[in-house]
Amino acid sequence: MQELIEHTESMPAPAALEGGTGTPRRMVLNMGPQHPSTHGVLRVIIELDGETVVKATPDIGFLHTGIEKECEVKTWQQTVTLTDRVDYLANLSNNLVYSLAVEKLIGDIEIPARAQWMRVMLVEFQRIASHLVWLGTHALDLGAMSVFFYCFREREEILKIFEQFSGQRMMTSYIRPGGLALEPPRGWDRMVARFIRSFPEKVDEYEELLDQNPIWKRRTVGVGPIALEDMLDLGITGPMVRAAGLPLDVRKTEPYSSYDKFDFKVATRTGNDVYSRYQVRMEEMRQSARIIVQALEGMPEGAWQANAPKIVLPDREKMKTQMEALIYHFKIVTEGYRVPAGEVYQAIESPRGEIAYYIVSNGTSRPYRVFMRTPSFGNLQGLPKMIEGTLIADTIATMGSQDFVLGDVDR
Amino acid sequence: MLPEALKDVAAAAALEQRDSAAIVDGHRDRDEPTLFIAPGKIVDVCRFFREMEFNRISSITGVDWYPADPRFEVVYHLHSTSRNERIRLKVRVREQEPEVESVTSVWRGANWYEREVFDMFGIRFRNHPDLRRILMPIDWEGHPLRKDYPVHGHKYTYQNE
Repeated sequence: MQELIEHTESMPAPAALEGGTGTPRRMVLNMGPQHPSTHGVLRVIIELDGETVVKATPDIGFLHTGIEKECEVKTWQQTVTLTDRVDYLANLSNNLVYSLAVEKLIGDIEIPARAQWMRVMLVEFQRIASHLVWLGTHALDLGAMSVFFYCFREREEILKIFEQFSGQRMMTSYIRPGGLALEPPRGWDRMVARFIRSFPEKVDEYEELLDQNPIWKRRTVGVGPIALEDMLDLGITGPMVRAAGLPLDVRKTEPYSSYDKFDFKVATRTGNDVYSRYQVRMEEMRQSARIIVQALEGMPEGAWQANAPKIVLPDREKMKTQMEALIYHFKIVTEGYRVPAGEVYQAIESPRGEIAYYIVSNGTSRPYRVFMRTPSFGNLQGLPKMIEGTLIADTIATMGSQDFVLGDVDR
Repeated sequence: MLPEALKDVAAAAALEQRDSAAIVDGHRDRDEPTLFIAPGKIVDVCRFFREMEFNRISSITGVDWYPADPRFEVVYHLHSTSRNERIRLKVRVREQEPEVESVTSVWRGANWYEREVFDMFGIRFRNHPDLRRILMPIDWEGHPLRKDYPVHGHKYTYQNE
């Protein structure tokens, strides 16, 4: 607050008060931390000249919960539950990147094909769910109320699927080092099939509401452009980069978890505006649906956890009959498993862009350092560049097109 | 000196050719190349890598190896979208003078990451355009991700009245 007051006082007095000597009439608008369009607790200090944004300074950290610090005192498997809470709209993506990083550190652990495919299917569901929240709230910001209800109708179905799999709608912790947390529920394939067969029609429905909607187009076409070089320089990743024509997608460039076995296209557009970003995300939902259908049809049979008794919790039934299983269970729960010393940087494509975990192990049963390179943090850094010089009303559209999650920014 | 294991990393080999004194050490861990860079040369090296098409700075972070000396490592993850390649650079920083040259002149995106490292580890970045705390409140004392900073507990104690 003090900073804001000092900042305001240091600015030239309004021209009108000084007899109009040509000094620009500036005003500071303190947007947030409780502004509905920021979708979380983000504060942007915007300096205005009339309705034009002259300078924008994002102020973040309101949602900082010290997750990285807390990871250092949790065991390797306890940390999974913290990764859920980083990006609360892409929990499974965070579970996956953490698990992949830990598995890479462990080295000699082989994840069965079924688990890998399940992981792919679930993170693609997560991508759809996240994009649905984005579409609903973004349209709401720009005045299209009904889209929100349609989007949340489908998102609810996805959350029900997550609940069937993991017992949780949002904080799933379902993907863990060594495979999955639980066996996929009976009848999961029927449940997934029922949803995914009808989903492409639903995307048509959203597009019908927005694609040719004159108000939507007036608010989005040509709004919020930023040069591709600037985006890469500033650390922006994900759909925004793809809407500028660069097919940058970790799923294709550095395939993980058997993504190379799936047939899908990286959605790109060349418009480089809010409308193109909308188109890219709509296309991504269709592609995700395609991946899910492929996963559903070709799901390999077999184990859903690695054969690594020192890392994966044993089956309940085995614990009742086998001494070995009981010992392993006791060791994992009380002490945790040890991970060989070293460091890895594992990146995957989250709904928002490149998410990467840098994990350092010193050979003990707790991570020495977990750093989360979250896409929202990098994307938000580019916000001033995107909105400076544009109108204040376009700020809302541009911020919406970034699709940041404040938990993801602040950690 | 470039270690044997990294000879096949084209960018690292090119750097060795250009300025072998910049490379202090290096290793390959889980197939990820890491180069330790001499503290004074990090901006030069980054500029060189930028010319080698490493057009993105994926992230900058720190690691505290308390009580070792030098205590801190600043870790840079570079990414080349055209070559589809990643490389990790590290600079060792001593506790007595926790300072590194800022690489914001090479990638503007380094700005917030360096602020975060400053906030969390107390490492200062020379010539940074706006070195303020980013996640913690501006009047916060201490640097939370240092190993000697407690996980629990608070400076103030509250009592029921």
